[in-house]
Amino acid sequence: MVRVILRRLIQLIATVIALMTLVFFWLRSLPGGPVDALLGERATPQTRELLTRALGYDQPIWVQYGRFLKNVVTGNFGNSIRTGEPVTEVISRAFPATIELAVAAIIIAIGLGIPLGYLAARHRGRLLDNATIIVTLVGISIPIFFLGYLLKDWLTQDIHLFPPSGRITTGLGNTDVTGFFVLDGLLTRELDASADALWHLVLPAFTLATIPLAIIIRITRASVLDVLDEDYIRTADAKGLRNATVRKRHVLRNALLPVVTTIGLQTGALLAGAVLTEKVYNWGGLGTLITDSISGGRDYPVLQALILLAAVVFIVVNLAVDLSYAFIDPRVRVK
Amino acid sequence: MNTMRASEMQAGRRRAVIAAGVVAALSIGMVGCAKSDRDSGNEGKAAGGTFIFAGAGDPKNFDPIFNDDGESFRPIRQLYDTLVTHKPGTAELTGGLAESWSNDPTGKVWTFKLRQGVKFHDGTALDATAVCANFDRWYNMKGEAAQSQMIYYTDVFGGFAGSPDAVYDNCMAQDAGTAVVTMKKYKGAFPGAFALTAFSIASPAAMKQYGSDTVTQNGDSFSYSAFANEHPTGTGAFTFGGWNKATGEITLNKNPDYWGDKAKVDKMIIKVIKDENTRKQELRAGTVQAIDFPAPADRKALANEGYKVLDRPAFNILYLGINQKNNPKLKDLRVRQAIAYALNRAQLVQTKGPGGSAVADQFLPNTVLGYAPDVQKYEYSVDKAKQLLSEAGATGLTLNFYYPTEVSRPYMPNPQEIFTVLANDLQAAGIKVNGVPRPWNGGFKDDVQQFGKQDLHILGWTGDYNDPGNFVGTFFGRPKVEFGDQSMADMFTAIGKADATVDQAAKKAAFEQVNRDLATKWLPAVPIWHAPPAVVTTKNVEGLVPSPLTAEQFNTVSLTK
Repeated sequence: MVRVILRRLIQLIATVIALMTLVFFWLRSLPGGPVDALLGERATPQTRELLTRALGYDQPIWVQYGRFLKNVVTGNFGNSIRTGEPVTEVISRAFPATIELAVAAIIIAIGLGIPLGYLAARHRGRLLDNATIIVTLVGISIPIFFLGYLLKDWLTQDIHLFPPSGRITTGLGNTDVTGFFVLDGLLTRELDASADALWHLVLPAFTLATIPLAIIIRITRASVLDVLDEDYIRTADAKGLRNATVRKRHVLRNALLPVVTTIGLQTGALLAGAVLTEKVYNWGGLGTLITDSISGGRDYPVLQALILLAAVVFIVVNLAVDLSYAFIDPRVRVK
Repeated sequence: MNTMRASEMQAGRRRAVIAAGVVAALSIGMVGCAKSDRDSGNEGKAAGGTFIFAGAGDPKNFDPIFNDDGESFRPIRQLYDTLVTHKPGTAELTGGLAESWSNDPTGKVWTFKLRQGVKFHDGTALDATAVCANFDRWYNMKGEAAQSQMIYYTDVFGGFAGSPDAVYDNCMAQDAGTAVVTMKKYKGAFPGAFALTAFSIASPAAMKQYGSDTVTQNGDSFSYSAFANEHPTGTGAFTFGGWNKATGEITLNKNPDYWGDKAKVDKMIIKVIKDENTRKQELRAGTVQAIDFPAPADRKALANEGYKVLDRPAFNILYLGINQKNNPKLKDLRVRQAIAYALNRAQLVQTKGPGGSAVADQFLPNTVLGYAPDVQKYEYSVDKAKQLLSEAGATGLTLNFYYPTEVSRPYMPNPQEIFTVLANDLQAAGIKVNGVPRPWNGGFKDDVQQFGKQDLHILGWTGDYNDPGNFVGTFFGRPKVEFGDQSMADMFTAIGKADATVDQAAKKAAFEQVNRDLATKWLPAVPIWHAPPAVVTTKNVEGLVPSPLTAEQFNTVSLTK
């Protein structure tokens, strides 16, 4: 087990270095640069030259690359070109927002997905099953931003049920303990702020959850159906085991393996979905940061760090999924 | 199906119903919570209340001299004052921190009589020494990092200490209430440029305490001082209450000791909402009371719903630029005139222009000195266009028309649509148009302004201060790749001369002539329209005066129930 983890960690480092090199050259091959974006329409050629020199963009690309590598290795990601703050600060401010959103989405997806998938399988071929299949098909097919705008128009404009955007009502989000607004409200005993943050979370989390939810329902359904047909279930039923025991220990546990893999993969997809969801709901997390950094001025340092972070999260989640097999499936543990 | 499965199913159903019930109950409970929060928030407000304005982007920081964009200037204008300012709702100059100002016959020495009894937010006095400290600070700024961020300073004042182009010489505190600023040479931009927000006067004591001039560089970027980020200290109607970056909120508190009209609200929050559509939705949800730059398409709907759509008087220009370098035919004035005749600008304004926009016949709005009412107007005429083209032997002309994508400017809300209409007009006159869309950042600006790849392009400008040099001079005052021809020496000379004229009446006459000649003799571009951006507020917002320079001061704003 330790050796497996170690090998995966070495893979992680190699992947990250290759990725960072790729990102460095890819970003710099894009047309336009931070100098133009920073200066806008009013800059004189003199200012433009001054800034290019000050940022070191007049130096050869390999000198820039060397400087970049040195910084990455020493853990110095530099400052955001746009805001001038250290990149680590910018990211650690946006990180809780996205995690809050992603966790809420995952809770919705798992919390609704597994029971619904299970129910659909148990009612195979009947109304509930068919309805689930259609709804999940729609859930998978509908683009996030489209659904987001639709929900927003309907539930915040036609019916004033939810707030249209943001993480908390203006003026309420002034306590910053962890950066997770729902949690902060609880910690500081400002329950109204916590409830307000939760209320802002509903629509974005649901929007982001739709695709993983639909996929989890389908995988759970298919997987449960497979297991229900297994001989050992018939044997268990025939043995006269209690129905609940059969469902919990024999059906669900065996059916869960592919579901867990799916959840792991969906966590990665969730990051991609978050970019769109955050855009729709002005969420202010990593997704917003990515779009701002690209369109608002080629913020190389932030982009580089974000891509690194995304890669690490993706790899770590997959590692965690692999490891979790061991807990669910004893056969994996033995091997 | 056996009986066991059936009973199990019932149990399942029961659970599902219970679960659904719990979710519903929770949701309703939460609605209750959220509603009551909002209500209690409103009731808890003091008399003045909180004015929430939705801005369109993050500010950079709050040190005026290091900024050059509208989103940074919006809070800065509330925190600081300039020596000279504009009468509310106009581009006309009036006294700011200086009650009056004058200059000597050479145009180089400016004397400011300062307002008495004005205090900075830190309690120190605004006097001539403080004013001079600001001028000296700008001029003596050290380091490429800091200097490269002073875009307006470089533009207006030419350069820094030691630079041969520097305009500034010195500032003397004649007495506590009189500051005398001496320039090395006359510059037409003054006194208008003294009203630029970038040249707001900051507290020297606070700047010293919080190390305002330390702009440090880390790798690819800069970071600014505590003064710029946490302790901006001016004389403005609001004091700084903090910038919550996690929620995108800038809080400004009423300055109870303001020298002018004290703010009517207790607090103002600028909430950053980058998406145009979301700004509108927040306004409709009642979570913000004012939004900037509504989409032109939303204006009518919002007005019909009872929101106040406040048009700013136009202070911008959209033009069709002509690059004479790549296609020799474009050097022929008749061909450029044909292009002007071919465009149905009146119809474009009607179909695509934001409300309040008007056809432009010259490159500055009529509120600016030097506007000539009698320029050649090139009324729409396809026949004249065709005739001129054939006279010039330019039938069958093909032109590369560059237009930007992924951008919306107040003067150019939808470049793609504008391009389509203009291109159709040109085709109708027999000019073949090859449209080249390029992204605004990363393509368009480089191709057009640095490499000059285009024959035609659309671009524009929003004025910074009331001076013809800021419009005409910016575009045509010096050779530019954008228009491609280095040989329009007459034009550069004429504009340079007009800009250097000290006497205001003579300057006015000189620029009027420049504008006439631009239309008849040079025609380096075709002016299209002046399109004022709007501010939209809820019904209960009173007293917001829209400024042509988007330089609104919110001390006049009050909220009614």
